[in-house]
Amino acid sequence: MDSFEVSRRQKNEVEILEIKGYLDAHTAPSLENAIQELIDSDTYQIVINFRDLAYISSAGLGVLMGFIENIREHGGDIKLCEMNEKIYRVFDLLGFPKIYDITEKEEDAVQKFNR
Amino acid sequence: MKNKKQTYHLKIPGKTENLELIRTFVSRLAQMSGFDEDDIYKIELAVDEACANVIKHAYEGKGKKEIDLLLEIDYKKLTIIVTDEGVGFDVNNILKRDMKEYLGQMKVGGLGIHLIMSLMDDVKLKSKPGEKTEVRMTKYLVKDGKIKSKQVDDG
Repeated sequence: MDSFEVSRRQKNEVEILEIKGYLDAHTAPSLENAIQELIDSDTYQIVINFRDLAYISSAGLGVLMGFIENIREHGGDIKLCEMNEKIYRVFDLLGFPKIYDITEKEEDAVQKFNR
Repeated sequence: MKNKKQTYHLKIPGKTENLELIRTFVSRLAQMSGFDEDDIYKIELAVDEACANVIKHAYEGKGKKEIDLLLEIDYKKLTIIVTDEGVGFDVNNILKRDMKEYLGQMKVGGLGIHLIMSLMDDVKLKSKPGEKTEVRMTKYLVKDGKIKSKQVDDG
């Protein structure tokens, strides 16, 4: 089975979610739960690291869309980093680079919160 | 596969847990047809989106009905026809949506059909309220006499 995993760590008061595997309509609820947990603990500065993500469908992008308004209203943001070319293309096709900060390196995404 | 049209049929319960199996089925056949890695990824994603839409919108995630996938392969193209047993919708409502404005409103969902249209060469949607929906999408190996991807000759 294609699997999907989310793990959490912190860097300079920013929460990093590392996502791994295949993110589709079946696995998207795992990412949704992980982000909801952060919001429940009043954590609104979030970076998602896509380094180990092999696949994404619009269900994964839909999760980000579902939270972004609430997170920004609380002064936070979801920033995205380390996407491979295939994953980035999906975001690009749907116009997401205009809405989200997408950086090559994780440290650049974290830095954007600390400016 | 030169000059011969081959068809493959998959009828599968409409559950999200089957999306992986659907992707594997489609990507393997796209690979056999001679598409390159880039096109295989696009085909796989487009079919995933079409099936996920059926599961979410037509079947409301219940998984009791089936999704019907028909793949037609010939020397110049791969066509995938995804048919549901759902209740249909007004196609014009989807196609008229302005994506920029839609994203600006940060609405969830509805992204799938726009991805399908961006990823595939030719997409036809057939649906009416109260009837089943058919998404027919084609990727060309050969277009305007030019070979787009590496072709495999099955001899």
